[in-house]
Parts: sequence; C-alpha cells; structure tokens
Amino acid sequence: MGIDLSVIWAGIILFGLMMYVIMDGFDLGIGILFPWVEDKVDRDVMMNTVAPVWDGNETWLVLGGAGLFAAFPLAYAVLLEALSIPLVAMLIGLIFRGVAFEFRFKASDASRHWWDKAFVGGSVLATFSQGVALGGYIQGIAFDGGHFSGGSLDWLSPFPLFCGVALLFTYALLGSTWLIMKTEGILQARMFSLTRPLTLWVLIMIAAVSLWTPLAHPAIAERWFTLPQLFWFLPVPVLVVLAGYALIRAVAFEYHAQPFLLVLVLIFLGYSGFGISMWPDIIPGHVTIWEAASPPQSQGFALVGTLFILPIILVYTAWSYFVFKGKVRHTDGYH
Amino acid sequence: MFGTEAIDLARIQFAFTISFHIIFPAITIGLASYLAVLEGMWLKTDTQVYRNLYHFWSKIFAVNFAMGVVSGLVMAYQFGTHWSGFSAFAGSVTGPLLTYEVLTAFFLEAGFLGVMLFGWNRVGRGLHFFSTCMVALGTLVSMFWILSSNSWMQTPQGHEVIDGTVVPVDWFAIVFNPSFPYRLAHMALAAFLSTSLFVAASAAWLLLKKRDTPEVRKMLVMAVLMLMVTAPLQAFVGDMHGLNTLKHQPAKIAAIEGHWDNSHGEPTPLILFGVPDMQREETRFALEIPALGSLLLMHDIDKQVPALKDFPAADRPNSAVVFWSFRLMVGLGLAMILLGLSGVYLARKGRLFTSQRWLRLAVAMGPAGLIAILAGWFTTEVGRQPWVIYGLMRTEDAVSAHSTAHLSISLTAFVTVYFIVFGTGINYLFKLIRKGPAGDDSHAPSGGPGKPRTPSRPLSAIEESLDGQTH
Ligand code: HDD
Ligand code: HEM
Ligand code: HEM
Repeated sequence: MGIDLSVIWAGIILFGLMMYVIMDGFDLGIGILFPWVEDKVDRDVMMNTVAPVWDGNETWLVLGGAGLFAAFPLAYAVLLEALSIPLVAMLIGLIFRGVAFEFRFKASDASRHWWDKAFVGGSVLATFSQGVALGGYIQGIAFDGGHFSGGSLDWLSPFPLFCGVALLFTYALLGSTWLIMKTEGILQARMFSLTRPLTLWVLIMIAAVSLWTPLAHPAIAERWFTLPQLFWFLPVPVLVVLAGYALIRAVAFEYHAQPFLLVLVLIFLGYSGFGISMWPDIIPGHVTIWEAASPPQSQGFALVGTLFILPIILVYTAWSYFVFKGKVRHTDGYH
Repeated sequence: MFGTEAIDLARIQFAFTISFHIIFPAITIGLASYLAVLEGMWLKTDTQVYRNLYHFWSKIFAVNFAMGVVSGLVMAYQFGTHWSGFSAFAGSVTGPLLTYEVLTAFFLEAGFLGVMLFGWNRVGRGLHFFSTCMVALGTLVSMFWILSSNSWMQTPQGHEVIDGTVVPVDWFAIVFNPSFPYRLAHMALAAFLSTSLFVAASAAWLLLKKRDTPEVRKMLVMAVLMLMVTAPLQAFVGDMHGLNTLKHQPAKIAAIEGHWDNSHGEPTPLILFGVPDMQREETRFALEIPALGSLLLMHDIDKQVPALKDFPAADRPNSAVVFWSFRLMVGLGLAMILLGLSGVYLARKGRLFTSQRWLRLAVAMGPAGLIAILAGWFTTEVGRQPWVIYGLMRTEDAVSAHSTAHLSISLTAFVTVYFIVFGTGINYLFKLIRKGPAGDDSHAPSGGPGKPRTPSRPLSAIEESLDGQTH
C-alpha cells in the first residue's frame, strides 16, 4: 500500500480544525462572557489574557479552508454552498471581533463602548454560526451525485440551532476556565461563580447532542452501534463521563489550571466522537474522502508546501504560548 | 438555469470583496519594498532621515497589512460559498495555488513580520534588515501565487479535463501559463506605482500644510524618482500585456477597442471615445484615428485587429464596460508619466517643494494608482466573460445555486460591514499620515511572540489612538 494522500490531507484538515476550535474557542468565549463583567479594568485584563495569541488562531481556519479547497474540491464546493449562510455570518462575526479587539484599545473613553459591543456581537455571531454550521453538517447535506441539491436554508432546523446554542455555552466555559487559569482575585472569583452553572449546562448539552444525534439520524446510529465501529466509539462516552466528573470536582476544589485542561479534554473527546461518526465520509452519507479527493498531482503538490510550513507554525505557536505563560495582572501593559 | 439576477448578484459580491481586498495588498507590496529600500539606505549612509522615515511608514504598513489579512480571510471562503461549480470543477488547480498563497502569508507572519515590526531594539541591524527584505520578498511571492491562479483562469494550460473535472498534468505549465509573466510584471509595477503615488501625495499634503521637514522632502524625492522610472515602464509592460492578450483572448481586445466589423477590409482605426452598444452591434459617437489601431496592436498598417462580429454573440464580452475601464486605466497611466516627468523637471529647477500647483496635483493623484488597478482588473475580468476559465467553463456554470433573496442579503451585509470596518481602518491610516514622520524614533515598539504586541496583531505596533489624542 502506497502513501494515501487523502488520509493525510483529511488528517491535516481535521487537525487544523481542532486546533482552531481549541484555540479560537477560548477567546471567542471571552467575548461571550464580556457582558457579565462590567468593570473596564477587568475587561482590559480579560482581553490582555488573549492579546498575544488570539489572532494567530484564525490561521488554522484559513488553512483548513484552503486545504479543503486544494485536497477535496468537491467537498469544499458542496459543503460551503450548503452552509453558505452560517459561514458568511461567521466570517462577518470574525471580522467584527478581530477589528474591534484592536480598535477598542485605541478608542477614546467616549467611543470605546461601541467597540465593546462589536466585540461581544462578533464573538457571539461567529460562535453561534459555527455551531449551526457544524449541526447542519452532522444533520446531513442534500446531494444528488454531483451538486448540492438542497436549499440555502436547510440548516435552519432545530438540531443545528441547538448546536449553535450548545457551542455558545461550550466556548463560554472554555473562556471562563481560561480566565480562571490566567487571572486572580475578584475577576477569578467571578469566573468561578460563572463556571459552576456553565459546567452543568455544557454537560447537559453534550448529553443532549449525543442522544439527539443517533435518534434523529439513523445512518449515524447504525454506524455507532455496529461492529467494529462500536469498539472505536465505546471509549468516548465513558471518557466523557469521567472527564465531566473530574471537571465538576476541579471547579469545586477551585483548582486553577485543571478546569481549563479538562474542558479541553471534553472538547477533544467530542471532536473525536464526531470524527469517528463521520469517517470516512466527507459529505455525510454520500461521499467518502477518496471520492471527493482532488487528483494525487494536486494533493501531492499542495502537500509539499504544507509539510514545510506546518511545523514552523506549530513551533512558533508553542513558543508564543510558552513565553506568555503565567497570570495576567491589572498592571500589565495592555497592548 | 439560474435567474440572471442571482448570477449578477454573486458577481457583484465577488467584485466588491476582491476590489476591497486588492487595495490593501497593492499598498502592502509596494510599502514592503519601500521599507526595505529605506532601511538599506539607512544602513549604508547612516542618515537619521531614512531611519525616521522607516518608522513612520512601518506603522502605516502595519495597519494596511492588518486590513489586507482581514479582507483576505473572506476571499478564501468565497469560492466555495458562491462559486461552487467553479470550485468543484477547477479546485484541483486553483486550490493548491491558493494554498501556497496562504502558506506564504503565514510563513511571513510567523517568521519575519515580528522581527520587522517589533524587533528594532532586540536584534542586530543585519538581522533586522534581513527580516524586512524577507517580508518584502514574501509579499511578492504571495502575489506570484495568486496571480498564477488568476492567469491560469485567463489562459489555461497544463491540464486535462477528465470526467468533468480539471486534472493537473504539468504544474510547471500551469504556473507559468502564457499570460502569467505579463500579468505578474504588470501587477508588481502597479503595486509600486500605487505606493509611490500614495507616498508622494502624503508628502505633498504635508508640504502644503507647511510641515516642511527633511523627512517629508526626502520621501517626496524618492517617490518622484520611483514614479519617473515605473510609470513609463508600466506603459511598456502594459503594451506587451495587450499583445499577449491579443494572441490568447482576441475577443477581449476587440471589446476593449470597441471594434465590431472587419468585413470591409480596411485597417483598424483607434477609437478614442465612443459608446459601444451591444444590442446595435456598433460603437456609437465614435471619435477615431484611422489605421492607428492596426499600427499599435498589429504593428502593421495592413493587418486588421479582430472584430467583435467575428465571434458569436454569446461569446462577446461586454464592450461598454471594458472599453471605458481600459481607457480609464491607460489615461491614468499617461497622467502618471506626466506627473513623474514634471516632478523631476521641477526638482531640477529647485521648485519641487514649493510649487503649490504641482503639490496639489500630486495630492489629487494620490488614489490614481489604486483606481487604475481596479480599472485594470475590471478590464481583465469582464473581458474574460462569458468564461470564468477561458474556453473551459462558462461563468453561468460556475455559480452556486443561491436564491436572489439570499444573495441580496449577504451582499448587503458585506457592503455594510466593509464600510464600517475598512472605513474606520482607512480613517486611521489617514490619521497616521496627517501626523507626519517624527523627528526622532525613540518609541520604536518592542514585542514578539508571547508579548502583548505580536506580529499576528500588526495593528498593535501603533500607539496612536483611533479618535482621541495619543496616549
Ligand atoms: C497602477 C496601475 C496600472 C497602470 C498605470 C496601468 N495598468 Fe494596465 N492593468 C493594471 C494596472 C495598471 C492591473 C491591475 O495590474 C491589471 C489587471 C490585471 C493585470 O494583470 O493587470 C491591468 C491590466 C491591463 C491589461 C489587460 C490584460 C489582460 O487582458 O489580461 C492591459 C492590456 C493593460 N493593463 C495595458 C496597460 C497599458 C497600455 C498601460 C499604459 C499606460 C497600463 N496598462 C497602465
Ligand atoms: C481571489 C483572490 C484572492 C484570495 C482568495 C486571497 C486570499 C488571501 C488571504 C486568505 C489572505 C490573508 C492571509 C493571512 O491571513 O495572512 C490574503 C492576504 C494577502 N493577499 Fe490575497 N487573496 C486574493 C487576491 C490577491 C491578489 C490579487 C493579490 C495581489 C496581487 C493578493 C496579495 C495578498 C497580499 C500581499 C496579502 C497580505 C499578506 C501577505 O503579504 O501575504 N491577494 N489574501
Ligand atoms: C483584484 C482585483 C480583481 C478585481 C477588481 C476583479 C474583478 C472582478 C469582476 C468585476 C468580476 C465580475 C466579472 C463579470 O461578471 O463580468 C470578477 C469575477 C471573478 N474573478 Fe475577479 N477580479 C480581481 C482579481 C481576481 C483574482 C486574483 C482571481 C482569482 C484568483 C479572480 C477570480 C474571479 C472569479 C472566480 C470570478 C467569478 C467568475 C466571473 O465572473 O468571472 N479575480 N472579478
């Protein structure tokens, strides 16, 4: 068996998207939590905890998009067309969030509240649309063998909308646990008090999505409950329960770093559950990664550059986070 | 299959978003090279003026770069959301080329941009200069890939069509397709020209406001010299580009010329002004110079330029648009040559910094480069119609099947958001320019990976506030 380029590319794209969810998740979460923190200085601290890293995070989203285009053009065309509205909404949300982040620091006291609102609005819009897009994807994409054959509002149904809400809670939890790790004093106490209910809500939503998915989508149910997938899949819910329990405990004992790490574990588990449910389809129920693949000449050509750049981005990212470790305080320079 | 309205809206949205995008990269490309020159001159001559100019323009570069990145994010997704037919059909060629563009940008951000923007006090002179040069090179490489993709859509080669999709056969032939070298040279010069006009206009504005400092004078002289060299060169390259298009896309040239009929056998005139009318198949109110068209394009008084009636009506690009967009671009190009020459003339007479009329003209010509770039792209892209990939795929087959309502809403959303976001950004740019270059640069920003100021947030390199005073 030779090198399977399609599998490598699927791996790269899945990895890229996971990096994106993990890393952009907590700074979107901070935007979602903003309305619950009124004080300007506290808000500055919240933003400073992500200032050095947040923007690089979108790198992974762009890379995911371009990689999908190069390696699986058919899937890129069909999925992006089907999910066009939530994706465009997401882009608009991200533009607002990104620009507001910078301009907020440069705005006068009189106009800052506008940029605060744009920051919150952008974060909420981007998160909700991502959840909807994800839900719309899991729910299935109408496909007639060559094209997207549904309507542009197919995603507008209860399951995707629920996923949108669930993602809002999830990112908010990521954000609050991140802030627990990165701050101290009153702000941290506030985050603990937000984290307790959030944790419960997120666990309830994970349970709901896990039940809803197989009930509403027989194809996925079949996949889950047949061998050998079952063996792959079985550890996931077990680990989710364990991680959920550990998370509740860590919050109760007011640990600083553990809650965030455990939320990451939960997200990673959810993401792998999702991956296992879909594999090896890229348009669920219709097209596998091999069927959607661009010719090997294309995948190979694009892979050369990607394999060269990807390690550089990873090392650089790791370095950025390493240099930036530790608590952020009020007195720290704010941009 | 789709209502004409839907496809028109999708086109307008693409044209709108990419027109906004191209403005920022054009200035990014030009400024990056300008900064490399400034730093090189500083290292060579050890003159403080160059160093001050470097810090002034690197702030503007940072804001502009940030705007380019934000507007580019949208482009990477728009092929799929709005042009799914095109993406499925040709993604195997344009996808990898786009991936390379994006990778180049990331490579830059992760590596050299940080040193360039924040490393002034942290790394040695040599390494800093090297980083600036790499950023300049990186923007050019970025342009290389994206133009290769676009040129392939204009003059495709190196592929086969198998089972209804494009399969790349020879990447070298794809990347270096026939129109690519011309387009690359033309666009690179366009970026340099737009930037020198932008720099000249900033300097002229400051001089008109009596802000006469050695820095301002120096940047004006540099911009004028650049203009004098690149503007005529651009006309030359543009001419070659046109000849290349004549060979590969004759219908586009016929539409640009507004030339309809070859049946009477006389040499083709050059129409200076006129109103091409697609329905009546003629160019009305034409003011023409006999035989000059043949002379300019065929370099032979007896040969005829291709005429629109030689092509079936369904294959004719809209002459009314490209006729004018082309003349706008060339007209501005000629005006730039004149501006450059007159500037050099005044400089030799010692009146460059005091001639109010010339300075006002230079301010007025500030946006001319960007306008010419947009006019040029409209010529190129509209002139390619009805094909999205010339001879391979028609635009009507490329578009996603969205409803008119959907497209109107998303277009409205984009227009609103772009005006708010980029309006603020551009305002901020002008605010920085109005401040003018400072006499000393003791405030060179420091930062880097993990520091609150980082290269992935180029805007953090600047301290000036958006609307209040500097803090
Ligand atoms: C500062 C900008 C600028 C200036 C001064 C000019 N152009 Fe230009 N032109 C462009 C910026 C541009 C562009 C944006 O770069 C285009 C669009 C696509 C491309 O490759 O270049 C272009 C396209 C373009 C095309 C169409 C190529 C095609 O069919 O694909 C032709 C024939 C010319 N140009 C010719 C000229 C001539 C004869 C000029 C003489 C003064 C000139 N241009 C000045
Ligand atoms: C449809 C066409 C295009 C797409 C899809 C596109 C995509 C992108 C993207 C995604 C970015 C942001 C990368 C980042 O995050 O840093 C970007 C930036 C940039 N683009 Fe484009 N772009 C297009 C057209 C162009 C053109 C025509 C040019 C120039 C000729 C250009 C030159 C640049 C430059 C110089 C940057 C700034 C970052 C860098 O220096 O690499 N782009 N573009
Ligand atoms: C940067 C300046 C550019 C401008 C101002 C521009 C402008 C336009 C315009 C006006 C159209 C609509 C043409 C028509 O409907 O008659 C169009 C279409 C299009 N252009 Fe460009 N374009 C630019 C660069 C690019 C680049 C770099 C690419 C590809 C890499 C590209 C790819 C396309 C595609 C896919 C379409 C849609 C299909 C079509 O109508 O041809 N364009 N562009």
